[in-house]
Amino acid sequence: MNVTRAQSVTVPAAAVRRPAWRGVLEREAVWSWLMLAPPVLYLAAFVAYPFFYGVYLSLESRPVGRPGVFVGLRNFALDLSDPVFWQVARNTFTYTIVATLLKAAGGLALALVMNQQFRLKNAVRASLLLPFIVPTVLSTVAWMWIFDPTFSVINWVLVHAARLHAVPSWLGNPSLAMASIIFVNTWRGLPFYAITLLAGLQTIPPDLYEAAAIDGAGPRQRFSYVTFPLLRPVLIIVTMFSVIFTFSDFQLVYVLTGGGPANATHLFATYAFNIAMGGGQLGLGASVALAMFPALLLLIMGLTLYLRKE
Amino acid sequence: MVGASGWRARAFGLYLPLAGFVVFALFPFYWMLITSLKPNQELYNPQIMPLVVHHPTLKHYADLLTQTQFLRWTYNTMAVAVVSTAASLVLGVMAAYPLARMRFPGAAVLAVGIATTYLVPQTLLFIPMAEIVDRLGLGDTLGSVMLTYPTFLVPFCAWLLMGYFKSVPRELEEAARIDGASRWQAMVRVVLPISTPGLLSAGIFAFTLSQNEFLYALIFLTKTSVRTVPVGAIAELIRGDVFYWGQLMAAALLGCVPVAFIYSFFVEHYVGGLTSGSVKT
Repeated sequence: MNVTRAQSVTVPAAAVRRPAWRGVLEREAVWSWLMLAPPVLYLAAFVAYPFFYGVYLSLESRPVGRPGVFVGLRNFALDLSDPVFWQVARNTFTYTIVATLLKAAGGLALALVMNQQFRLKNAVRASLLLPFIVPTVLSTVAWMWIFDPTFSVINWVLVHAARLHAVPSWLGNPSLAMASIIFVNTWRGLPFYAITLLAGLQTIPPDLYEAAAIDGAGPRQRFSYVTFPLLRPVLIIVTMFSVIFTFSDFQLVYVLTGGGPANATHLFATYAFNIAMGGGQLGLGASVALAMFPALLLLIMGLTLYLRKE
Repeated sequence: MVGASGWRARAFGLYLPLAGFVVFALFPFYWMLITSLKPNQELYNPQIMPLVVHHPTLKHYADLLTQTQFLRWTYNTMAVAVVSTAASLVLGVMAAYPLARMRFPGAAVLAVGIATTYLVPQTLLFIPMAEIVDRLGLGDTLGSVMLTYPTFLVPFCAWLLMGYFKSVPRELEEAARIDGASRWQAMVRVVLPISTPGLLSAGIFAFTLSQNEFLYALIFLTKTSVRTVPVGAIAELIRGDVFYWGQLMAAALLGCVPVAFIYSFFVEHYVGGLTSGSVKT
C-alpha cells in the first residue's frame, strides 16, 4: 500500500521537474542500450573485427610488408598437404587431452584431500593456488631450468639418489618434451580445478552423506552415488573452460620448447606464430590459427548451451 | 581419543597427500629463489649438491637491477595492468549491469555474444591484431597493450559481475527510484556499493590476467624501454643460446612478487571470483 502511494505521488512530480529527453533516457530499453553501447562497440571493433579480418587474411598470400593477393582457399590447401600441420594437430590434441585428464584427476584428488578440517587450511589453500596466479612465462622459466639438459635438478637426483648413469634429456627427446610441457601445464592448471571443485564439494549438504551412510553405503559408494553426481556440473564447466585455454595455449610451449625438438611440441598457436611472425607469411599463419576455430566453436557452443540449460 | 589407526588414517588420508601437493606446487618457487641466490661458480658446477645454497649472493639481483631495464619493465607491467584493469571494470559494469538487471529486446543474444568473446583466445586473433595495432600507429607503445588487453578482460569482468548484480534485490533499486533517483544514480549509489566484493574479485582477476599476458606484449612491444617483465625477461636474459640463469630466476621471482602480494591480501575475493563462475552459475 505504502509503495503504490509513494509511486503515484513521485511519478508526476518527476515528470514536471525532468525535461522530456530525460524521461526517454530513463526508459529501460533506451538506458540499457546506451550503457551497453561502449562495451559492445569496443568488443565489435577489437574482437569481432579482428576475427573477420583474420578470416580475410587467411584467404590472402601476404608476406610481411607487401600487399596481399587473394588466393582463395590455397593457404588451407597448403596446410592440409603439410605433414607438420598434421603433426601440430596431433600434438595439440594430445597435449589438451592428456593435460586435461591429469588436471581433472589431480584436481579432484586434491579437492577431496582439502575437503577435511585441518589447521592453517586457508594458508595452505592460498599457497596451493600460487602456480595458477603467477605469470605463466615466469614460472615456466623456472621449469626450463629444472629441465635443463646439463644442470637439471631432476637428473641430479636421478644420478645421486637413484644411481642412474644415463640421464634423460627432458626437452631434447620428442616424447619427453611432450611429457614435459604436459607436466608443466598440469602443474599450473591443477589448482584451478582443485579450488573450484573444493568449492563445489562444500555445497554438498552433509545430511546426504549421513543418509547414504545409514543406508549402508561405504566410502566408495558415497563417492560414486553422492559426491560425483553432485559435483558433475562444476566438473563439466571447469573442464570445458580449461580445455578451451589448453587447446589454444601459447606461452608455456613458446618458452619451454619453442615447439621443438623437430616440431614435436608445436601447438596450433606456436606454429601459427612461427609462420606469421618468424616466417613473415601472415596469410598462411592466419590460416593455421583459424584451424583451431572448428574445435573451439564446438567447445564454446557446448559450454554456452550447457550454461543456459543450468 | 584418537587411536593409532585414527592417526594412520589422518596421515595417509590428509597430511601425506597434502604435503605432496604442497611440495609439487611450491618447488619451482623454491628453485627460483635458491637459483637466484647462487654465485655462478656454484650454479654451473654439476658436482655441487644443488638443493641448497652454499654461498648465497645478491649479485644476480644487483646485475638485474643495474644492467637491465628491469625496473622500467616492472613499471610498464604495472601501468598496463592498472590502466587495462580500470578500463575493463568500467566497461564490464556498463555491459553487466543492464544485462543482469534490465529487461529489453536483444538482452539474451548480447549476453551469449559477450560470453563468446571471452572464450575467443588471443592466439586466434594475434595476426590480424598485430596489423590493426600497426595501422593505429601504436606499435612499440604501451598504448597497444592497454587498448588490446581489455578484449579478454571486459568479457570476463562482465560475466563475473553479472552474477553479483543479479544477486542484489530489485527492491533496493526500486526504492531508490521511488525516492527520485535516476537509473544512473540508483546504480552508482545503491547497487555498485553493495557489489563491492564482486568489483574487487573482477579487478583482482583482471589485474593478474593482464600481468600474465605474453603473446600481445611479445608481438607489439619490441623496444627494451616499453617491454613488460615476462617479455623483457625472455627477450633480454636469453641471448641466442646464452641463458643468464641467475638473473632470469631473480627476474622471475621479482616478477611474481607484485601479483602474489596483491593476491595475498584479497585471496578470499580471488577464490570467490574463481568459484562464483563455475559453482554458482
